[in-house]
Amino acid sequence: MAASTDTTAGKTGFRAWLNKRLPVDEFVDSQLIGYFAPKNFNLWYFFGSLALLVFVIQILSGIFLTMHYKPSELMAFDSVEYIMREVEWGWLIRYLHSTGASFFFIVVYLHMFRALMYGSYRAPRELLWILGMLLYLALMAEAFMGYVLPWGNMSYWGAQVIVNLFGTIPVIGPGIVEWIRGDYGIADSTLNRFFALHVIAVPFAIAFLIPMHLVALRQTGSNNPDGIEIKAKTGTDGKPLDGIPFHPYYTVKDIFGVGVFLLFFCGVIFFVPTFGGLFLEKPNFEPANALSTPEHIAPVWYFTAFYAMLRAVPDQQMGALLMLLAIVVLFFPPWLDRSPVKSIRYKGWISKVALALFVVAFVALSYLGLQPADGLYVILARIFTAVYFAFFILMPWYTSIEKCKPAPERVSYHA
Amino acid sequence: MRKSVVIAALGLTLALTSSLGFAAAAGPHAAWMDWKPGNDVSNVASLQRGAANFMGYCAGCHSLKYNRYSRVAADLNIPEEQMEKLLLLPGAKKGDYMISPMQAVDGEAWFGKAPPDLSLITRAKGSEYVFQFLKTFYVDPQHPNGTNNLALPGTAMPHVLSALQGLQEAKFETIEKTVDGAKVSESHWQSFELAAPGQLSAEEYDAFLRDTVNFLEYAGEPQKAKRQGLGVWVILFLLVFTGFAYLLKLEYWKDVK
Repeated sequence: MAASTDTTAGKTGFRAWLNKRLPVDEFVDSQLIGYFAPKNFNLWYFFGSLALLVFVIQILSGIFLTMHYKPSELMAFDSVEYIMREVEWGWLIRYLHSTGASFFFIVVYLHMFRALMYGSYRAPRELLWILGMLLYLALMAEAFMGYVLPWGNMSYWGAQVIVNLFGTIPVIGPGIVEWIRGDYGIADSTLNRFFALHVIAVPFAIAFLIPMHLVALRQTGSNNPDGIEIKAKTGTDGKPLDGIPFHPYYTVKDIFGVGVFLLFFCGVIFFVPTFGGLFLEKPNFEPANALSTPEHIAPVWYFTAFYAMLRAVPDQQMGALLMLLAIVVLFFPPWLDRSPVKSIRYKGWISKVALALFVVAFVALSYLGLQPADGLYVILARIFTAVYFAFFILMPWYTSIEKCKPAPERVSYHA
Repeated sequence: MRKSVVIAALGLTLALTSSLGFAAAAGPHAAWMDWKPGNDVSNVASLQRGAANFMGYCAGCHSLKYNRYSRVAADLNIPEEQMEKLLLLPGAKKGDYMISPMQAVDGEAWFGKAPPDLSLITRAKGSEYVFQFLKTFYVDPQHPNGTNNLALPGTAMPHVLSALQGLQEAKFETIEKTVDGAKVSESHWQSFELAAPGQLSAEEYDAFLRDTVNFLEYAGEPQKAKRQGLGVWVILFLLVFTGFAYLLKLEYWKDVK
């Protein structure tokens, strides 16, 4: 506690006044300047801070949308068009939010892939990974319920399909479905409660999980592309030899990352906001209609990998179970990976091929989930589902038998 | 090695998805499915003509319930007195939404289906679809209103633009196929032949449709042209910002060895 008495030393005026009452400088010193991050971060390390940026964009744009949106069966669709046409800059706020949803998943998927690639889930970072996975689950719930709010026809039928999945739970399933919907079908009550969950409950959960994720990160320190612990090699001052202060080094680097990200983000918002029907689907420009089913019901692209797995199984109950398992299995890599090294750089060729196949399977499943479920598509979906699960199930085996390169003592960094 | 893994994964995925894309394109593909309006929402003169076309030929039955007359006039540089003369339906005020005088119940009684609101038609179906729909009416005596349509077979809408386009007859080819041992005959569209000419030549009719579809695309997203114009400046700013951010990063990272 000696440090906290020092914080106001040498400070005058408002800064001294403030720091006597709120440990602002102490926080910045310990969390930003005093936090040492490995100096060899590469491109893949931008996506964590970018996910935080997208979260802020979603909250801010969301606040303005809630000022004009009407969560009612009769007015929801019209109110979205009202925002698009008659609210000052409403179209920009809405496109920020709709594009933000897709970009949230893009950066989160890249962030998760980075962790898989460099073994960032390995001890001592198991809880960091699990907190991240909980964030991913919360994000899925948030995105699904947000997707229903515009009350377009695909919103309506997508909600119908997803909510009905709960009906496959034995015995209590049908009751649960009715409880979720608050009606015998997707209806006004469903829309209203999804609105409440989307703007209050789930954002609160996410806003709680993000600091938890960051605190866990501060506790263990960041992993890096070499998958070695920089804390193992410290200088005489006790600071890691391969670490640099997060601020200013990574704050300025992340500002550059934000610039590049915004180029892509704004490129979509201003020039292709529907992204060819992937980010905003055509059937969603028709209001919800219980009597007219869209030709192909498919969720938005970020869920289609799991949707393809659901449809790969002829039995709906088994399909739903498989879909659930596909998400549950993501919690387990910390205990499935038996490799002596963390990073893919030093793992053997089997791990490299396995990760490549996993990425191919995930992208292919995402594509297949957008296509009609017949013929060749179903067969391919089954093959890729098998590949997806094999990556995890076989992990204890292939990570322990392969020949790895020795991980280096110090991180590889070329200025 | 890490890079090669990523590249291999992406390459494989690309190869796979593109080969699947070909598989998906099964089923008969006809030439009319490639017809495109070639419109441009930043062309204000075209939008003005399209607005006049819409009010003259469509607004009797179809509403644009999310568009106000005054906003259309402002966006399309139409002076107020011109707007009142050319755009306003009888009884409408300039701040009103563009609602058709036809009642839904009447539409249902007369056509079997109330004419849909068109303010989001290009967003829900695409501008190409609207263009193709308006171009592929053909004589079909078996159909209640005497014409049928390739883009929307069995449509309840009569060919209201026949005075302009004329009436065309469609030539179909019947193809005998054996599917799972059973003989199936499919009829494939071949070409159109003008049976009775209209007031416009084929090129003039295309231009008429291009303007009309352009106006409907505008109606679907009134700020589209403004959005794209603003986007250029946003991207330019971000390029400069990112450039300086990179220089700042280099400056700070000079001492990292």
